[in-house]
Amino acid sequence: MPEGRLPSLKPPLSERDWTRGPWDAPVTLVEYVDFQCPCCQGSYATVERVLSGREGAVRFAVRHFPVRSVHRYAEGAALAAEAAGRQGKFWEMYHALLQPRGRIAPEDLEFHARQLDLDLDRFHRDLESEELRAKLLEDKQWALRSGLNGTPTLFINGLRYDHRSCPVKEEELRAALEAARREATLPLVA
Amino acid sequence: MAALKVGDIAPDFALKNADGQLVRLSEEIRKNAYTIVAFFPAAFSPVCTNEMNVFEEALDEFRNLSAGIIAISADNAYSLREFVERNGLEFPVVSDFYPHGKIASAFGVLGEEGMADRALFIVDQDRRVRYSYVSDRHVNPGADKLIEALEGMEGLKEAA
Repeated sequence: MPEGRLPSLKPPLSERDWTRGPWDAPVTLVEYVDFQCPCCQGSYATVERVLSGREGAVRFAVRHFPVRSVHRYAEGAALAAEAAGRQGKFWEMYHALLQPRGRIAPEDLEFHARQLDLDLDRFHRDLESEELRAKLLEDKQWALRSGLNGTPTLFINGLRYDHRSCPVKEEELRAALEAARREATLPLVA
Repeated sequence: MAALKVGDIAPDFALKNADGQLVRLSEEIRKNAYTIVAFFPAAFSPVCTNEMNVFEEALDEFRNLSAGIIAISADNAYSLREFVERNGLEFPVVSDFYPHGKIASAFGVLGEEGMADRALFIVDQDRRVRYSYVSDRHVNPGADKLIEALEGMEGLKEAA
């Protein structure tokens, strides 16, 4: 890789990813998240505010990077989000896990599942699913190859966006998304 | 002195890890085909903490690519012990505190204010540098460049 070039997301988003917003949106924002990471928790509201009102212009996606060596509940929370996703409620669980003073200990996961009216037997089975663990591992392997450098790591239109503050600064993220939108919609020069 | 470049021979060193045990490069390089030598400026700083956490998560990837890793800073061993424990780091993190920054200097990456630069090297079993990268001190370079470099080396090995 040439020096100075920003790392890029590998592989691009596909149907296996959790996404919100239209596939043909001019801007794609991808977040690698660790649900126990204070910076992810602190940046959650910022990201949601920035996305609000841009529903047609931004496609938002989440992949997992639980840092297990320091966050003992992070992997379980990621599995809970995936398990909720199997019942059509990934985003609802994502929101629940990232609320201020987020509750993500094992007993909290069941609380969230009840609140979301999930089938609890199925939820618990899925928490133990090898398939979901394999998906998390795949996310991690891709993250490492995409130049993840902490959590959250953000990618805008496939390029790593280095926010140098935690939580992510709202105005800076807005400006970065707007710059990406302008670049993506520039007319082609003959 | 500029950072060691590809083809240079890395100096051997013996530095104490967080448990006070000497870690010697010439012995570590026998354990794997390649050894990553990662210098970082300061334990507990946000960027260094993120960088080491990423390397911890990447250990399986490195192992699969026949690589081990040693991290080095000019912090004292007591600080590094706490840093390693708090972050659950399983790879050697060694102290280049005294003589201060001697090994960082020998690799050409002792920066201002007596801190090591944020620098990555891959050395082979002959201590020959196979990859060299000095990052912006304020940006965690992540593991992608290391993985890419190691994957390239694997390819070369297979083709030989």
